[in-house]
Amino acid sequence: MKKKATLLSTLIGIVMFFCLWQLAAMLINRPILPSPIVVVPLFFAHITGELGLHFLASAGRVLAAVFLATLFAAPLGLALGQMPQLDRILSPLIAIIYPIPKIIFLPVIYVLMGISDFSKITLIAIIIFFQILVVVRDEASGLKKELILSVKSLGAGRRALFRYVYLPASLPAVLTALRISVGTAVAVLFIAEQSLTSYGLGYYIVIETYQVLLYPEMYTGIMGMGLLGVMLYFAIYAIELKVSKHLFIE
Amino acid sequence: MKVPLPPNFSQNDRPAAVIEIQNLTFGYGGRSFLFDDFSFRIKRGESWTVIGPSGCGKTTLLYLVAGLHKPLRGEIRIGGEKIVRARPSTGLVLQDHGLLPWATILENTRLGLKIRKFYGPDGKHSPANALGDAMGDEKRVDYWLHWLGIEQLQGMYPAQLSRGQRQRAAIARTLVLEPDLLLMDEPFSALDAPIREELQKVMNRFHLESGLTSLTVTHDIEEAVMLGEKILLLGNSCNREPQIIDNHLSGEIDKRTDPEFLERCGVLRALLARCTTRAHC
Repeated sequence: MKKKATLLSTLIGIVMFFCLWQLAAMLINRPILPSPIVVVPLFFAHITGELGLHFLASAGRVLAAVFLATLFAAPLGLALGQMPQLDRILSPLIAIIYPIPKIIFLPVIYVLMGISDFSKITLIAIIIFFQILVVVRDEASGLKKELILSVKSLGAGRRALFRYVYLPASLPAVLTALRISVGTAVAVLFIAEQSLTSYGLGYYIVIETYQVLLYPEMYTGIMGMGLLGVMLYFAIYAIELKVSKHLFIE
Repeated sequence: MKVPLPPNFSQNDRPAAVIEIQNLTFGYGGRSFLFDDFSFRIKRGESWTVIGPSGCGKTTLLYLVAGLHKPLRGEIRIGGEKIVRARPSTGLVLQDHGLLPWATILENTRLGLKIRKFYGPDGKHSPANALGDAMGDEKRVDYWLHWLGIEQLQGMYPAQLSRGQRQRAAIARTLVLEPDLLLMDEPFSALDAPIREELQKVMNRFHLESGLTSLTVTHDIEEAVMLGEKILLLGNSCNREPQIIDNHLSGEIDKRTDPEFLERCGVLRALLARCTTRAHC
C-alpha cells in the first residue's frame, strides 16, 4: 500500500518551502539569493510573456520525450516480461546500460541527430526509456503463474491476457517509473537547453539571465523549471490515484 | 440465508460433462513419467476428489483435464470432444484465488464474461452458443455474489478481503460462466479450519443442487472423503492403474466425527501411506 499525499500536506510543504527560502535570503543577504517576495510577483508578471514561451518550449520537450519513451519502452518491457528466453538474452545488456548516466551521450546524439529539438527530446527519452523498460519488465514477469493460469481458464488467449492482465498490471508501474524519472528528465533538459536553442527554461536561466546578472529574473526561470517538475510529478500522481486505486487503499 | 440455484443450473437441464481419460502418458522433460498408459472415466454429474503425496501429479492431472498441459500420448475427452487447449466450459478454481489485485470483487467476477465478449462466441475462447445478453450477465454476476454471500464486498479489492472471502470470489467468478465441469486445485488448503469447513459445505451444497461434474485435488484426507463420491488415489511414482475408491459418505460434512467417516479416513490414510512408498513401474 502506498501513502496518499493530501492537499493539506502539499500546502504545508509549499508554505515551509517559501519560509525557508525567505529565511535563507535574509541570512545570505546577497543579490544571488533574492527574496521570494521579489521573485514570486516577478514570476507571475513574466509568465504571461516571454517566460511563458520558454516554459511551454521546455514542457513540450519533456512531454514529447515521455510520450516517445513510453511508446517504445512499455511494449518492449511487456514482451521481455512475457518471454523469459528473450529476457535472458537481453537482460545482461540492459543491466549494463541501465546505470550509465545517459547525459554523457549528449555530444554523440548532437552529432548523430543534428542540433535540433528532436535530439534534445531523444536524449531525455532514452533516460526515461530504461526506467520504464525495467519496471514494466519486472512487473510483467513478476505476475504469479496462478493468476495467468486462472485467467487463461476463463477463456483468455494471448490478446485477452494482454488486455486484461499485462496492460493493467504494468500501467501503475509505468506511472511510478514516469513520476520518479521526471525529475531526472527536467535536470537533463536544463543541461540540454543551455546551448543551441533560443527557447527553453534552461536557455532562459543560463544565457538570458544568469550570464547578464539578472538574478531575480533568473529565479523566475528557476521557479518555472521547478514548477514544471512539480506539476509533472503531481499530474502523474493524480493519474496514478485514479488508475491504481488498489495501491492506495486506506 | 440460502439462495436457490437458478433454474438453468438444476440437475436435469444442465449439461454436465463426462470425462474420459484414455491411455494418458505425461511427464515433465528430463524426469520419469507421472502417468503412463493411464485411463479412467468420470461419469456425468459425479464429484471426484484426487489425493496423493506431493509430487504425485495431482495438480498435473487437473491441468491436463483443464487443457493447460498437453498429454505426451493418449487423449482426454470431455463430453466426447478431445481436449487440445483450455476449454471455455470448464471452470477452474486454484488454491491461489487468482483474482486481479487491481480490480474490485465485482470487476473480478465479471472478468470471464468480459473475456467472452472480447472474443465473441468463437467456440475457442468462449462457448459457441454463449449468449451475450448484458442484462442476463449482470443478473448472473449479482446472483453468484449473493449465493456465495459476498455481495456486500463487491466494491472492495482482493487485498481488503480475508482468504476465505477471496476464495468465494474466485468461485463466483468461475460459476458466473456456468461451466459444465468444475475443476478445483486444493481450493481450501490455505484457509483456517472453520472457514474451510464452511466452504466445503458451500461446495457440497452446490454439487448436490447443480449436479455438476467436478474434480477436486486435495492433500487433505478428510476433504477427500467429504467432497468426493469417488476418490482417485495417485502414487508417488509413475501412475498406470487408477486406484479408485467409491465413497458414499461425501456431502455428509456434519457426520465427520461418526465412526464410519473416521474409518473411511483411516483406510484412505493407510492406502496413501502405501502409495507413498510403493513404486508402480
